[in-house]
Amino acid sequence: MINRLISLIRKEFIQIVRDPRALAITFLMPVMMLILLGYAATNDVRNIALAVLDQDQSPASRALIAAYRAADYFQLAYVVSSEEEMRQLIDNNSARAGLIIPPDYSEQVNSGRSAQVAFVLDGSDPTVANTALSAAILIGQSQSTRIVTQRLERLGMSRAALSPIDVRTQVWYNPGMVSAYYMIPALIGQILQFLTTLLTATSIVRERERGTIEQLIVTPLRPWELVLGKLAPYVIISFIDMLEVLIAGTILFRVPINGSLILLLTMSALFLVTTLGIGLLISTVANTQQEAMLTTMLTLLPSIFLSGFFFPLAAMPVWLRAISYLIPLRYFLIIARGIILKGVGIASLWSEIVALIIFAVLVMSAAASRFRKSLD
Amino acid sequence: MISAIFAENLTRRFGQFVAVDHISFEVPAGQILGYLGPNGSGKTTTIRMLLGILHPSEGRAQVLGYDVVSQSEQVRASTGDMSQKFALYHDLTVWENLTFYAGMYGVREERRVREVLYELGLDEVQTQMAQTLSTGWRQRLALATAIVHRPKLLFLDEPTSGVDPLARRAFWDLIYSLAAQGITVMVTTHYMDEAEYCSLIGIMRAGKLLALDEPQRLKDSLPGQVWEVYVDPLLPALEMIENHPAVRHVGLASDHLRVITTEGEPIAIVTKALSEKNFQVRTAQPGIATIEDVFIALQ
Amino acid sequence: MTETLIRVSGITKNFGVVRALAGVSLWVKEGEIYGLVGPDGAGKTTLIRLICGALRLQAGRISLCGFDVADETERAREQIGYLAQRSAVYEDLTVLENLKFFAEVRGLPKEEWAERCRWLLEFVGLAEFTGRRAGQLSGGMKQKLALAVALIHRPRVLLLDEPTTGVDPLTRLDFWRLIIRLVRGEKLTVLLSTPYMDEAARCTRVGFLHKGHLICEGTPRELRSRLAGRILELIGEPASLLIDLSRADRQVEDVQRFGNSLHLRVQEGQAEMVIRRLNEAIRKAGGRVHRLQLVEPLLEDVFIVLSEG
Repeated sequence: MINRLISLIRKEFIQIVRDPRALAITFLMPVMMLILLGYAATNDVRNIALAVLDQDQSPASRALIAAYRAADYFQLAYVVSSEEEMRQLIDNNSARAGLIIPPDYSEQVNSGRSAQVAFVLDGSDPTVANTALSAAILIGQSQSTRIVTQRLERLGMSRAALSPIDVRTQVWYNPGMVSAYYMIPALIGQILQFLTTLLTATSIVRERERGTIEQLIVTPLRPWELVLGKLAPYVIISFIDMLEVLIAGTILFRVPINGSLILLLTMSALFLVTTLGIGLLISTVANTQQEAMLTTMLTLLPSIFLSGFFFPLAAMPVWLRAISYLIPLRYFLIIARGIILKGVGIASLWSEIVALIIFAVLVMSAAASRFRKSLD
Repeated sequence: MISAIFAENLTRRFGQFVAVDHISFEVPAGQILGYLGPNGSGKTTTIRMLLGILHPSEGRAQVLGYDVVSQSEQVRASTGDMSQKFALYHDLTVWENLTFYAGMYGVREERRVREVLYELGLDEVQTQMAQTLSTGWRQRLALATAIVHRPKLLFLDEPTSGVDPLARRAFWDLIYSLAAQGITVMVTTHYMDEAEYCSLIGIMRAGKLLALDEPQRLKDSLPGQVWEVYVDPLLPALEMIENHPAVRHVGLASDHLRVITTEGEPIAIVTKALSEKNFQVRTAQPGIATIEDVFIALQ
Repeated sequence: MTETLIRVSGITKNFGVVRALAGVSLWVKEGEIYGLVGPDGAGKTTLIRLICGALRLQAGRISLCGFDVADETERAREQIGYLAQRSAVYEDLTVLENLKFFAEVRGLPKEEWAERCRWLLEFVGLAEFTGRRAGQLSGGMKQKLALAVALIHRPRVLLLDEPTTGVDPLTRLDFWRLIIRLVRGEKLTVLLSTPYMDEAARCTRVGFLHKGHLICEGTPRELRSRLAGRILELIGEPASLLIDLSRADRQVEDVQRFGNSLHLRVQEGQAEMVIRRLNEAIRKAGGRVHRLQLVEPLLEDVFIVLSEG
């Protein structure tokens, strides 16, 4: 009995190895996705091209420009001599933001009045615009605080008396607020789900497409043996892929793994039961490999968008958030981010773990009841 | 008059493997050429070269007067092809399949599509999906798609494989009616009884064209005499006389043995040898040579 | 006393609203070669798939060597070797890997299957190709590999679904010699479906399926005797004239080409009359008759009558 299982698994591996191209893609894809998402899909906006129109040309205006340059949000790309020129630069995407300093800027500042500075923004990309906007305001405020402080100090007041509240922010878990740290646990979950679902669904459908399933059906192979034998190789491949992402993430992006690696692997295994079950379910519905592939894509999209992979769940409308509770990846992401970034243990994750267990049981029993060792 | 098919030293290699090896033949218009040979003997490769979709490694061929290499567009426009795996869209209806292929050949008139449907008796199933048709109907639809553009030459590659005897007969009636309209037909088949219906027969083996002639002349050229020997038990008897010097060839034919004796040897030598080994020889009667005998004798 | 190895009683199978089989019963005794024939879509493949348990029964019973296919599925399956219409071997595995895989899945210990593989490969003539991928075998060789796979666990019953479709006459002959040798040497019982009537004639018994019903059954001799005295063979020229004149005769029910001859099916007891009449009619019309005589009906003649009926 166990021998039957082993020989099925071995056959599966031989077939996997005989298709080196597919195998290479299976192992390259996760790293490729990691690199793409880690570098490209980052929300950290830096080096926004800034055009400056300095109509004042005074030490005070230069100090303001210097303040903008000092923050790495902006890069002083153009110094222009007219508003028209600035408009053109923003229109053709050369500059994303513009700072207009009026001619009477230094006069207003020195005379103790409030000086008006205009900040022009290209709002077509909200992510960039949001960052630029808050950065611009923040820099402006701190510059005005500095001016006020200088002014009062000259009048002989102490620095401490000048700021009654001093908010010292302290970011836990991801102090540099690097997006990659947040992405990599998510990526692990997504790769586990995508590969296992796709590979199991297509590998079973392929037997049906080529007619070999008929010969397997008439052997004494039991249905659960067939399922287990078909799934096991892909579990192993998915695990290798997961380790690959973890290692690559640690090396390339220096993602710290703060929690227990054993717990992470155990939880991944639990999550795999669910995704394998989804793959198995798809294989009972799909008649061709193409159908299986498209159905997998169909399950993948909501998982990506409703699991908190890219978009924070907290920002979603209530009804969408309600649906997100039906997405197993959601729970796994909380668990994976918890273990990797926060280093927390079962105690803080138990509700998500219970949710995953419920999913695993539900999906697997649904798949098992639908999967038949017969042609009808 | 231009021959429908003219091939001279036609050769095709795939790497080291010679799929078709210097074959030369000519088929006058209006003939039905049966093209026989074991699997992998080069029949399909020959047809592909004649269709202009595979370039010859050596030699040349003309189809309806067009060179298959330099005038392949004209070749394809004036020939029809029905391949082993009926190239049909399973999720389209009979009508949609046919209008699609008509469109591919630039046939715009709906009248022609209707005409072909009617001619092949497909009008009664025209709204059915191709996948719900039986093999026999699918085969007819495949033929319809091959003739919708009124080709003058038709290539049929194992058109009757896996079709029941009655449907096969009906299909051959269609081939005859096409030939009667002046269409030249080149057909490959594994059914030797079908080969008898052809006006010309070519036999291939390992890339070589062993013979191409009228069926009767092929049968007349068969050396030796055919005997139908009813004997029990069949297989041991076959195995016993297989290497007998008076036996040129022996094969299983439904419930008896088909023995081709060496020229000048009487069958009595064989039956006596069988009786001596305690086989029950019921009768041995002279048989008429068939294309199957020719085919087997040539292999 | 020979044992009945396949016992099919009153089985029915529907696919949705389509009735594929309607109350079919048949049995096959040890050492028989039972041939299933019938038009496309008559239910041959469905019947074979039901017997090997690849499809589930809706009504009726099937037992194999005494094991009920529905209740003792696995025991019943151990008794059968099955060759599906599409030869089901893994094209990306080698010949030996295919055999080994199915041997292990069947639960054969190594010392047993290694020996069995060697014998089977020798038997089907693939001994030289053990290391070749199945995808690179010719159609006939692939079919022989599939046969070896079906035989790996020494089944008592072999089920073959159109094993020789699309195969050339020589390979077909080879295949049949293997089957006959198995029946004699390994005491195998065979149930097969075939579109070739000459193959059906080699079976010990033939069953004719039509629209899901088994409408007729018997030895090839019995089946042919149904048309005894009613089939005339006509050879002559020109063919089209012979066909037209034969069809015009009111006592001729059917005219079919059989190779270079015509088979005329005449009404019961009318053979002599038709022969005389046609001889004269053809001569008058300027045709020539080489041969016009009563012949033993072929199974194909019977097939045609039954398919029409």
